Amino acid sequence: MPDGAAPVLDVRGLKTVFRTRSGEVHAVNHVSFSLQKGELLGVVGESGSGKSVTMMSLVGLLPQPPAEVRGGQVLLDGRDLLKISLPELQDIRGARVGFVFQDPMTSLNPVFKVGDQIMEPLLRHMGLTKAQARTRAIELLELVGIPDAAARMSSYPHQFSGGMRQRVMIAIALACDPDVLIADEPTTALDVTIQAQILELVKELRQKLGMAIVWITHDLGVIAGIADRVMVMYGGQVVEQGRVAEVFKHPAHPYTRALLKTVPALHGARADRLMAIEGQPPILMAEPSSCPFAARCAHVHDRCRVENPQRRDLNPGHDVACHWEAPHA
Amino acid sequence: MLDATVAPLVQVRDLKMHFPIHSGVLRRQTGAVKAVDGISFDIRAGETLGLVGESGCGKSTVGRALIRLYEPTAGSVTIAGDEITTMPPEALRKKRPQMQMVFQDPQASLNPRMTLAQIIGEPLVEHTTLSPDRRLERIYELMDQVGLNRRFANRYPHEFSGGQRQRIGIARALALNPKFIVCDEPIAALDVSIQAQVVNLLEDLQDRLGLTYLFISHDLSMVRHIADRVAVMYLGRIVELSPRDDLYARPLHPYAEALLSAVPEADPEQKGQRIILKGDVPSPANPPKGCAFCTRCPKVFDRCRSDRPALVEVAPGRQVACHLFQPQTVPNTSNGPGETRLQQQGV
Repeated sequence: MPDGAAPVLDVRGLKTVFRTRSGEVHAVNHVSFSLQKGELLGVVGESGSGKSVTMMSLVGLLPQPPAEVRGGQVLLDGRDLLKISLPELQDIRGARVGFVFQDPMTSLNPVFKVGDQIMEPLLRHMGLTKAQARTRAIELLELVGIPDAAARMSSYPHQFSGGMRQRVMIAIALACDPDVLIADEPTTALDVTIQAQILELVKELRQKLGMAIVWITHDLGVIAGIADRVMVMYGGQVVEQGRVAEVFKHPAHPYTRALLKTVPALHGARADRLMAIEGQPPILMAEPSSCPFAARCAHVHDRCRVENPQRRDLNPGHDVACHWEAPHA
Repeated sequence: MLDATVAPLVQVRDLKMHFPIHSGVLRRQTGAVKAVDGISFDIRAGETLGLVGESGCGKSTVGRALIRLYEPTAGSVTIAGDEITTMPPEALRKKRPQMQMVFQDPQASLNPRMTLAQIIGEPLVEHTTLSPDRRLERIYELMDQVGLNRRFANRYPHEFSGGQRQRIGIARALALNPKFIVCDEPIAALDVSIQAQVVNLLEDLQDRLGLTYLFISHDLSMVRHIADRVAVMYLGRIVELSPRDDLYARPLHPYAEALLSAVPEADPEQKGQRIILKGDVPSPANPPKGCAFCTRCPKVFDRCRSDRPALVEVAPGRQVACHLFQPQTVPNTSNGPGETRLQQQGV
């Protein structure tokens, strides 16, 4: 892992709120993380933990209003994406930051041919001629493993299967050779055998193209298989962050620890009873003044209810936002 | 453990569920989607049978056809000794209290205009003659059983979280003291931390009330936790049916093997050999000739493309539908499962 080098993407103190009829929802609170060149950062959390909102805030993909990015910096090669104009941002989206969404059926346009949809960013950002864009689009389809690519250029999205559509989405996201690829639950809608195909493809593409990837998922197994680092989110904030091997082996936050235990294993000993995390995730109608996990935490004490813990370093590259000292087991 | 000599509570024989395809100006039937194409299995009383497979393999259709939410095309289903598929409507209605269902999406399966008490009480109104007071008592009892606070009885489904809504669905399924419950992906729509709560609840209820479950899921690690035996489906047929520990220790059918190897495990050091299947699942309207898995199988050979393998017992309690396994060649040693050898042919 390249240590000390300037990160491609550096997010500091990001805060996003939603204005709703029943008040403001503080979806993302002071989220900071950085992404090194060529690194794969896994982001895990439950629905409502703020993982997707964080990533969509980066390049202004949330409809504003109701959303409002209220603070922080998003530095892409030192340039703050929250400060630049919309046309400048549009030049960055697709060209330098690629996005892959969960459901390829709703993110592909059903009335355009797949080939045209891959050519669109090439024409918009790369200044290629139509013929050049077409050649490049066929290359991209081949790159993501679509058989008979030239012929499939004139197919419509509904003529592809779910896994193939996700490959097309990846091809579009990679079209302009972005520095950062953000993949938001890209395999959640797919079956396990198809998910395995996509994970294999991403591993291969990383080696070939070397872009940095942010991979959002709720599946710890996926993270364990592909990520270099993992960032665990809960209640709109980062609760733990570190290298995958370290976090899975020595999880420090009670939420991470519980999450790892609540998923039944496929091999090894079988527990008679699953460890459940009782209670519900919080609804953030205000910026939390206590630890958001306090109500469900097995190690909660008085301080957790009055002070939201700051992230603190445990080891170089491994930090946790928790008042409790986890025994190093 | 379970007693094998007890007659099974649910017996399914050669169940088929075909959905017609109509096309052309006259809407004539031009084909059929063979969602379930001849499957047989038993579920013993008190047992949980896991039914796994990928989307479109027909697992949910099996669950629905079993309790006749669909009219099966062919085959027989008996539940507690009664034939379900040919039962006249009035008799079927009387039978319904014994067989219930928990649906995948608690948002869609709960009426948004009914309060929690009305939802849980509806089966009681339909099938019993309880007085309103006795009914409310029973509703409270059911809410206690599934861990819902009695104070919530007059609230509406949208006021609850996904996990709590699933508890409402379970309470409704329990209202009439069923023997058999089909759980159709009951945890698929829930967050990881909530899934364990619901699975623990289902297990507690099974222990307390002696329920029998058909647990339909695509989550193989959760099925390993909850099921006693597991049936793996592919394209409308069962390809393997084995006791849970045998299946997870050593899957026999190449599809079961690939499926298990594809599950990502939450352990960065577990670098098992992953079998990456090529291509997609064929359409059930036009399944391949021979074995349904022959288009993707890494161990395919000539016979697979012409003959359809039958589901046969290849080891005690283990059924596999694959030409690689021949039942006659299994030596029946009594030295435990480790000694059971299966002769492989053809590769």
